Amino acid sequence: MTTKTIDSPGNSPGSSSGPDLSIGGFLRRPEAGALLGLLFVLGFFIIFGSANFLKPAGAASWLNVAANLGIVAIPVGLLMIAGELDISIGAMIPAGSMTVAILSGHFGLPIFVGMIGAILVGVAVGFVNGLVVVRTAVPSLIVTLGMLFAIQGLMLGLSVLLTGTTSVALSAAPWAKFLFGQFLFNSFQVLILWWLAITAIFVFFVHYSPYGNWIFAMGGDKTSARNAGIPTDRLTILLFVLSATAASFVGMCQAILFNSAQVSGGMIFIFNTIISVVVGGVLLTGGFGSVIGIFFGTLTFAIVNQGIYFTSFDRNWASLIIGVMLLAAVLMNNTFRKMALSYSPKKK
Amino acid sequence: MTDPILEMVNVDKSFGPIEVLRDISLRVHGGEVLCLLGDNGAGKSTLIKTLAGVHKPTSGTLKFEGEPVSFDTPREAQDLGIATVHQFGGTFPLMTIGRSFFVGDEPTKKIGPFKVFDRKTANDIAVKAVRDFGITRIDDGDRLIGGLSGGERQSLAIARAVHFGARVLILDEPTAALGVKQASHVLRIILEARARGLAVIFITHQVTHAMAVGDHFAVLIRGALAANFRRGQKTREEITDLMAGGEALASLDSGIEGYMATHKGHAPPVAAI
Repeated sequence: MTTKTIDSPGNSPGSSSGPDLSIGGFLRRPEAGALLGLLFVLGFFIIFGSANFLKPAGAASWLNVAANLGIVAIPVGLLMIAGELDISIGAMIPAGSMTVAILSGHFGLPIFVGMIGAILVGVAVGFVNGLVVVRTAVPSLIVTLGMLFAIQGLMLGLSVLLTGTTSVALSAAPWAKFLFGQFLFNSFQVLILWWLAITAIFVFFVHYSPYGNWIFAMGGDKTSARNAGIPTDRLTILLFVLSATAASFVGMCQAILFNSAQVSGGMIFIFNTIISVVVGGVLLTGGFGSVIGIFFGTLTFAIVNQGIYFTSFDRNWASLIIGVMLLAAVLMNNTFRKMALSYSPKKK
Repeated sequence: MTDPILEMVNVDKSFGPIEVLRDISLRVHGGEVLCLLGDNGAGKSTLIKTLAGVHKPTSGTLKFEGEPVSFDTPREAQDLGIATVHQFGGTFPLMTIGRSFFVGDEPTKKIGPFKVFDRKTANDIAVKAVRDFGITRIDDGDRLIGGLSGGERQSLAIARAVHFGARVLILDEPTAALGVKQASHVLRIILEARARGLAVIFITHQVTHAMAVGDHFAVLIRGALAANFRRGQKTREEITDLMAGGEALASLDSGIEGYMATHKGHAPPVAAI
């Protein structure tokens, strides 16, 4: 939790052209606000919460929430950096759980068939989302809003048609439980490890591989990006596929963990991912943000969301704190971004 | 004179029943600045989009180094070295100078099995490229584009196009939104590009800016070439009159014809309005 700057590989720390390690250099990074916010809420709940907040059982409560949210928040955040939005993830989480539960639970197919099915549903829905956005130029908010309801209806209809119920039981094979749905040390979902791995992979691709540049360029100015030779259409579709697939993956893991799947649920993820991403320093209009910022933002959100249970405050105040936090985060991020823009190096 | 790099021969462009460009013939040589003047709606944008491969001519031909060419996509024009720089185009306000410069063609280095973005090389090349154009205020490739002045951004975009091998530089109103001092930066860069042997097509409706750098001027009025002349053949007032819609055109006709007789290298201006 003390990672302050993300050192660029290959630049030895002492070299004069290495990354700026000063306080000012840090504050200009997209994740600066997110890290400060995270430290603030951590401090707040350590002071006002009970000692349980940091004990394993307590930490598990907010880490589990963060992991489920974070796996979806990263691709959603990348879409936002690229100037798009995906709210159909709210339906894709139950769609992922229902697919695996219907295929492997109701029809008794092997668990891996159900899992492949859940992933394919994510890929297919993401592909359609991306294709419609690219081909029609309808704002992605509208496209994915339509998809959100379409998938919900489809799931409900198919579930009742195929199984006669809206809640399907599933008993996964031990290896699937081990990989996707076990509790480590009795309380930590194995999904936390997935979240950390996925974060690391995305940090590499977005900030160190040459392709990450393309996402930022697309969000900054799509026409210029296309003129510079970036395959903007294919990249947009790919990002939509990633977000829908991430959502169906989380849904699948939930079904394996809880041994059942319901048609409802998942809607809360829409707002929670957007809050995490924005608190994490991503600019709503695109072109600015960072994966590590989204990671911090998710953690911040999860701590506020769960931390309230460890305090003597009434649970009902949590939403107030989240709302105020969101506004404060946006204002703080705006300030830091202005600092980054007006920064010019001192004469050497 | 040497062969023109880019040439339009009797190019027409219609969108359905609407004729936007009518019988345009223009040439631009390396080491020459062609100023394309005209009021809003005169067809300047369509003309440059035709050159840049966004539109295909309805009739007539485009020639690149004497060879007829036909572009299906802007990319094909770019591959030949025809680069269009729009106002602030090609730069991304919230990206660093180094990253923005190399969008779509990122330098990489290998670290173990991974190919990573080579930030240091990108920054060094970008800063050097723009400094070679005389913009010495830019010295740190980690700065964000949005923190640069309009003139600096425009200069960066031009330096980028030149770095990636542009031979014909189409500048779409690069000085339109700039103050006097910043516009002079951009004009200096146009001259620098010309000195390097590039053909520059400079679109503007600021006659002063055109007069400052142009070797060759073409005035578009309602899709037709109303005048096509070389430096020193017309005064600023005459050009302004022309751009204002051709009210003063009649009185200039004799001058244009005289020019045509002595400049066989240039296509006859089409004055039929």
